[in-house]
Amino acid sequence: MDMQTNKKKLGLKEKYAHMTRGLDWETSYQSMDKVFPQATFEGIKIHDWDKWEDPFRLTMDSYWKYQAEKERKLYAVLDAFAQNNGHLGITDARYINAIKLFLTGISPLEYVAHRGFAAAGRNFPGVGPRVACLMQSLDEVRHAQTQIHALSNYNKHYDGFHDFKHMLERVWYLSVPKSFFDDAFSSGPFEWMIAIGFSFEYVLTNLLFVPFMSGAAYNGDMATVTFGFSAQSDEARHMTLGLECIKFMLEQDPDNLPIVQKWIDKWAWRGIRVLTLVGMMMDYMLPKRVMSWKEAWEIYFEQNGGALFGDLARYGVKVPECITQCTIDKEHISHQAWATFYQYGGAAAFHTWMPTDDEMDWLSAKYPTSFDKYYRARFTYWRDEAAKGNRFYTNTLPMLCQVCQIPMLFTEPDDPGQICYRESDYEGEKYHTCSDGCKKIFDDEPQKYIQAWLPVHQIYQGNCFPEGTDPTVEGFNPLAKVLEWYHLEHGKDNLDFEGSRDQKNFDTWRGLATKNT
Amino acid sequence: MQIDLRTVSIKPVRQTFDHIARRFGDKPASRYQEGTYDLQQTDIFHYRPLWEPELQLFDVRRTKVQMKDWYALKDPRQFYYGSYTIARARQQEAAESSFEMIEERGLAELIPAELKQTALDILVPMRHVEWGGNMGNSFISAYGYGTAITQPCLYHAMDHLAVAQYLTHIGLVLDGPEALDNAKDAWMKDALWQPMRRHVENVLVVQDWFEIFTAQNLVLEGLSYPLFYDYLDADFSANGGTVISMMTRFMAEWAAETAKWVDAQVKVAAAESAENKALISDWVKQYRTPVLEALAPLAKRAFGDKAESVLTEVTDQFNARCAKLGLAI
Repeated sequence: MDMQTNKKKLGLKEKYAHMTRGLDWETSYQSMDKVFPQATFEGIKIHDWDKWEDPFRLTMDSYWKYQAEKERKLYAVLDAFAQNNGHLGITDARYINAIKLFLTGISPLEYVAHRGFAAAGRNFPGVGPRVACLMQSLDEVRHAQTQIHALSNYNKHYDGFHDFKHMLERVWYLSVPKSFFDDAFSSGPFEWMIAIGFSFEYVLTNLLFVPFMSGAAYNGDMATVTFGFSAQSDEARHMTLGLECIKFMLEQDPDNLPIVQKWIDKWAWRGIRVLTLVGMMMDYMLPKRVMSWKEAWEIYFEQNGGALFGDLARYGVKVPECITQCTIDKEHISHQAWATFYQYGGAAAFHTWMPTDDEMDWLSAKYPTSFDKYYRARFTYWRDEAAKGNRFYTNTLPMLCQVCQIPMLFTEPDDPGQICYRESDYEGEKYHTCSDGCKKIFDDEPQKYIQAWLPVHQIYQGNCFPEGTDPTVEGFNPLAKVLEWYHLEHGKDNLDFEGSRDQKNFDTWRGLATKNT
Repeated sequence: MQIDLRTVSIKPVRQTFDHIARRFGDKPASRYQEGTYDLQQTDIFHYRPLWEPELQLFDVRRTKVQMKDWYALKDPRQFYYGSYTIARARQQEAAESSFEMIEERGLAELIPAELKQTALDILVPMRHVEWGGNMGNSFISAYGYGTAITQPCLYHAMDHLAVAQYLTHIGLVLDGPEALDNAKDAWMKDALWQPMRRHVENVLVVQDWFEIFTAQNLVLEGLSYPLFYDYLDADFSANGGTVISMMTRFMAEWAAETAKWVDAQVKVAAAESAENKALISDWVKQYRTPVLEALAPLAKRAFGDKAESVLTEVTDQFNARCAKLGLAI
């Protein structure tokens, strides 16, 4: 028998192809439809999975090698951060509230992304996308864990971080990001890829991940920013996968275009609504600002996103139709959201405050057409009242949008003085949405969105009190009971930054670290 | 002599997150604990999945096995992403240097022809079985319940992909790309491989994730890895094929390490209730038969006359292992 080895040296691309392609096969003892039961129900037609271009040719051994090196470095920095009380190096204790929002609102979603990409990685019949999705699933569990580990040291010293998983499932504003990911994961694998792989990871990541990490860099948060740098190359891979995936769907069959376009429109709007929280964080919660929300929007969405959609135009993809509204909204949403959180500061797991005069001047300069005209007077009034001992907290509950689950705080596109409401009828019931964008999403899939677990509705129905609560006893305080059910410690996790335990502890500890008394 | 660096000491407000403290008390927690326990959402879901509207996104009803606390299924290796990748990076470094040495010095030429052919006929087509292992474990990682078991199942899925790639590499070293085409042909058509392919495909359509765990990680791996990476490997080494053993070292080490994890899962689940024990025991019996049927022709090809005795030994060891885990098989 001739057993001569093949002396021809294989190129990298060729070698990678051998390492993955051909591992799969056309099953015959069981039908392919049974092996891949989720491959067709969404209506996306794929004719040839082998046309998939692998965006990054990473075999498992090189994946381990690169990632382990990054992990070693990251954890060395986290250890040093903890050992040296790195948390005392931040600009100002108000900053910590930005990362509370991150740990409670974003990190648990990295976890869901891990599960969702594992599902996509099981469900696609093609080897290329399967392997790419599984690697992303692995990266996402990395991100969930490294974020938790990076912020673990903050949790030891500050309030609001301590029960993030419990809170994610219950607290009113956390249902905004949670329902976003529940929505994507409860869809099929192709919609998941447009929702998370494309819209979230590609179009919006520069407006979510980057502002938080840059905020960390600007505010002396060594732990978070090191995580950010360490995750950067993972994120770049995820963006490439999202883009490759959308191109692949569009190239495979012209019938896919209307489905993909509908998903792009839906998930761009869903994502942009979630970004309201980021806008508020950028404009109000960072003591040292990176840039305004409006500037970030203009650079990362209008310019970069514009170029992306220019590139996708050859497939017939149009820019999401919500853009007109977004162009108006960029002047307002961060102020409107912060005003809302300020008023509901009794029920939030982070501290709120009104900006200083300097900060208001910065906001005026960044928002010359909106801040002074619509928001400054109100904010100044609240601040003056608080100084007099009348810190304003609202005790009623807001109506929530049936789709994005944000309180009805946004205004009409043509009138920033008027709250925007939309209404739909479905099976004899009325459902309310915050905008034309959310109403359109509701009307397209009402059977899905009527299932939403809306925190305010649930409170009114009595579903958000600790077990054994008797609401009929004299002096029953529903808000106190809801906070107890949230595991939110009244007087520690919530209320104004001024007078908070975080503020006192930070001042005391920084004093210990910098003074000799 | 000891030097004593001084740092400003601050008394923390708490030692760990509440969900960790509820389980272990408020004391410093390990990275495994903070990165694993109670991470998966359990309580409130907004929408029923379009792909399985009768269940929630994460739902205990996706397996018949039931646990009071799903986090009892913990990983004795305490792998979280960082410790997992660092452990594997060390192993891959050893594997990489073996492959480099073999390729640079043309050591594959020294393998006796007969052994080389055995490796090509038996080991290289196993890459498709590994792909099946990757599919099964990614299913569990997606649809299983509780991070304690879904997390290591993703690691296990990726490990299977890695093993498939090491086997591919072996094929390339031994006979170039043609080796892969021949192996695939054999996998698709040769009588030798059809019982195995049928079995792997049957497991691909199982919907109960703990059943997949049992069929794949306990039964198939528990019988095939000792057969190929222990017995066959010993044969290779004894007959001048040490070079092949150098290339399968990762698999041998990996199997020993992961078996401990698999055992911990099965033992705890079986000890939980008589129902679990009966269920898992039945699955072992149900899947042991087709796996042994699938391994029989491969053993014959690999061991010739010794096949039956080797397979009996492997089966006895496997049965003893299952008995130690508390299963009635």
